[in-house]
Amino acid sequence: MTTKTEATLNPTSIGELADAVRSAPRIVVTGAGTKPRLAPTSGNFTRLCTSQLRGIVEYDPSEFTFTALAGTPVRDIVAALGEKGQNLPFDPLLVEAGATLGGTVSAGLSGPGRFRFGGLRDFILGVRFVDGTGRLLRMGGKVVKNAAGFDLPKFFVGSVGRFGALGEITFKVFPRPLTTRTLRLAAKDVTAMAEIFATAGNSRWEIDALEASPAEGQVYARLAGPGEALEVIAREVLGRLPGAVLADAEAAALWRRVGNLGWAHDGGTLIKIALTPSELPGFTVLAAGVSGARTWIGAGGNVAWLSLPDGATLPALRWPALTLRGSAPLWCGTAPRFEVMRGVKTALDPQNRFPGLDE
Amino acid sequence: MENPSASAVLARLAGLLPASRFMKGPAQLAAYESDGLTAFHVRPIAVVVPETQEEVIKLVRFCHAEKLPFVARGSGTSLSGGSLPVHGGIVITLNRLNRITKLDPKQRIAVVEPGVINTHVTNAAAPYGLLYAPDPSSQTICTIGGNVAFNSGGAHCLKYGMTSNHVLGLKAVLATGEVVEFGGLSREQIGPDWTGLFVGNEGLFGIALEITVQLLPKPEKFHTVLAGYRTQEQAGDAVSAIVASGLLPGAIEIMDALALEAATAAVHADYPPGCEAVLIVELEGPREVVEADRIRLDAILAASNPVETRPAKDANERLLIWKGRKSAFSAVGRLSPDFIVQDGVVPRARLGEALRKIGEWSREMGLRCANVFHAGDGNLHPLILYNGTQPGQLELAEKLAGRILRMCIEMGGSITGEHGVGVEKRDYMPDMFTADELDCMKRLRAAFDPLEIANPGKMFPQAGAPALTQHGLHPLEKAGVISRE
Repeated sequence: MTTKTEATLNPTSIGELADAVRSAPRIVVTGAGTKPRLAPTSGNFTRLCTSQLRGIVEYDPSEFTFTALAGTPVRDIVAALGEKGQNLPFDPLLVEAGATLGGTVSAGLSGPGRFRFGGLRDFILGVRFVDGTGRLLRMGGKVVKNAAGFDLPKFFVGSVGRFGALGEITFKVFPRPLTTRTLRLAAKDVTAMAEIFATAGNSRWEIDALEASPAEGQVYARLAGPGEALEVIAREVLGRLPGAVLADAEAAALWRRVGNLGWAHDGGTLIKIALTPSELPGFTVLAAGVSGARTWIGAGGNVAWLSLPDGATLPALRWPALTLRGSAPLWCGTAPRFEVMRGVKTALDPQNRFPGLDE
Repeated sequence: MENPSASAVLARLAGLLPASRFMKGPAQLAAYESDGLTAFHVRPIAVVVPETQEEVIKLVRFCHAEKLPFVARGSGTSLSGGSLPVHGGIVITLNRLNRITKLDPKQRIAVVEPGVINTHVTNAAAPYGLLYAPDPSSQTICTIGGNVAFNSGGAHCLKYGMTSNHVLGLKAVLATGEVVEFGGLSREQIGPDWTGLFVGNEGLFGIALEITVQLLPKPEKFHTVLAGYRTQEQAGDAVSAIVASGLLPGAIEIMDALALEAATAAVHADYPPGCEAVLIVELEGPREVVEADRIRLDAILAASNPVETRPAKDANERLLIWKGRKSAFSAVGRLSPDFIVQDGVVPRARLGEALRKIGEWSREMGLRCANVFHAGDGNLHPLILYNGTQPGQLELAEKLAGRILRMCIEMGGSITGEHGVGVEKRDYMPDMFTADELDCMKRLRAAFDPLEIANPGKMFPQAGAPALTQHGLHPLEKAGVISRE
């Protein structure tokens, strides 16, 4: 049953989740706390923690789908899928830190693998959630293809818990590639990086992941597939772009660091920015103006990460941006607002039980 | 126009566009009475033909001010009656908003207006070695605006997803007249996925004016195999073995005996004799990857006890395999005066059971039923054959269709994999969703369209049904331009 510690609600089942939501006028849902800025820093909220709402509900490898409770650590899911030779191809982030499935959906975070087959939004199939009136609702489906009803599961991706409390989530999964090879490609500046992104992205190679470190002056390209094929493709890539194949251990350490956002400051402010490769030069100029700032470029130049040390001043960002930790505003870049957004909030949460989009 | 106030509304509407782009004559309107779901006919009171985004915005704002229902329409290929006109409403056709306003080969995106034809995007991208992945069978005629409204699928959904997975952002005029811009040019987004919510709204939220889609590099190599089996079970087992092997083919399709008979009659497709089912599997990717995967696939197929396997030896043979597959639907029209096609989804592991039930029911009800389906994702396409000139046959066919849809729900699947709910399946929504869930969707709809003027009568169960009449082939179907899947 729901336990209450330090005014935190800890439901252990979907039914208890609905009861918990109904039990307080204002609710903020939290998971493992790996992205603390997503929960509002002010306001009189009762915290609802999903850490006891965990477990894989259904997993049938032959269907390429699984369903798990929102508080399930992604680590558990990755392990269960791995046993059957499958994975979430978008490489969820902060897995080792304990990120939950629900928190990953709410934050809308995808890792390096989003480059090839798409991000989290492209693999979510269905949700059960509690709306602001306390109703338990199921949207989307449990099969890999479904076009019935509005696509609320996608809407919840990146919605930071502002429109409902996620209870259970269904995902599509893929077979895990047989092998991978990681190449380090030299890029003297971000313009060179953008060129590599364009060349690699438009090639026959079907690159699996394409990340870059401006500080290291390197682009990291991951190939995935049958080993004998990757040998040939890797040689061809290196014939066109100067670089080297990473040793297996080195590659594993790299992707672990990327997945843990290990390149960022331990404390400080961490911001995810959505942009295009052509906007990267502008981004790096901006970041260079902040003393101690660190950056990382993901998904072939469509994501920029900015990590600032404590006390640094946040520059004005001209792109949509989300703060994951630190005290910067939640939406710290451009955030167009339309009247209909308020209407949708009212439709799902008429009493404003969950935090407002800009709260 | 019976009532004077409606006439006055029409007169004001006529003032918004040049006379040549405002139609209200019965002969002009007749062409818009139906879409790909030919059983339904409703005559709109007028059809307007905007040429610019500004004109669309002006028209929608007019409809909002006048509480005038409107239906946006592209090429009218919806198989669920998604662009069926509304009594007392107008049709806004978007075919002239057909500009590709941006194509950036470096970023691999295109920005298109809603009236752009699906294949025109791929054609424009082809010189750069890129393609637009979603490929509904009507792709040579259907529009991106319609694809966005109904989140259209195609034969490659297991690997590449549906339309929604390829839309990065859009500009739309909502039914309230508000103009919104969701998402953008980046492949990644920040904040709630408003773009994802809009795609698949079935025209109930408003009209997309400009759509940003991602383009993918065209696969370097394809390997397409056709394998014939004595029984459907064997074909199904082969699919299970492929899926279990860890291969991720771009397409896995199955055609049953009746579909094979139809394709043979229509396009002289040649299949191994004595087969109850034919499996088509396509691998794609860099040549080295395809070669390595092909060795694994060959071993799986060899062990699956086929009558015969026929790998396509060149691009032409590949096209022939797909031509037979894609013609199956219109080909069935040669076997029967009329047919209904459904697109329910079942968990892949229950495909065999689903097909057995469909077979039993159709024998029991005295109807023939051909099956062509996307086996990789459990998306059925039963084609129920009947003769509409015989009294009671249409009703019987609808009854079988209903049993199949309810079976899909009972098995944990969906009533629609890619055609959308539209008018056709709206009465089955309460079987798939609870009253609370439907209420939630209605509240969402009200946020976008409080007056219920945008494509009313679709998706949600209604009291009054439009006249159900005799099914027949769509004129374009007869011409072999489109097919129902």
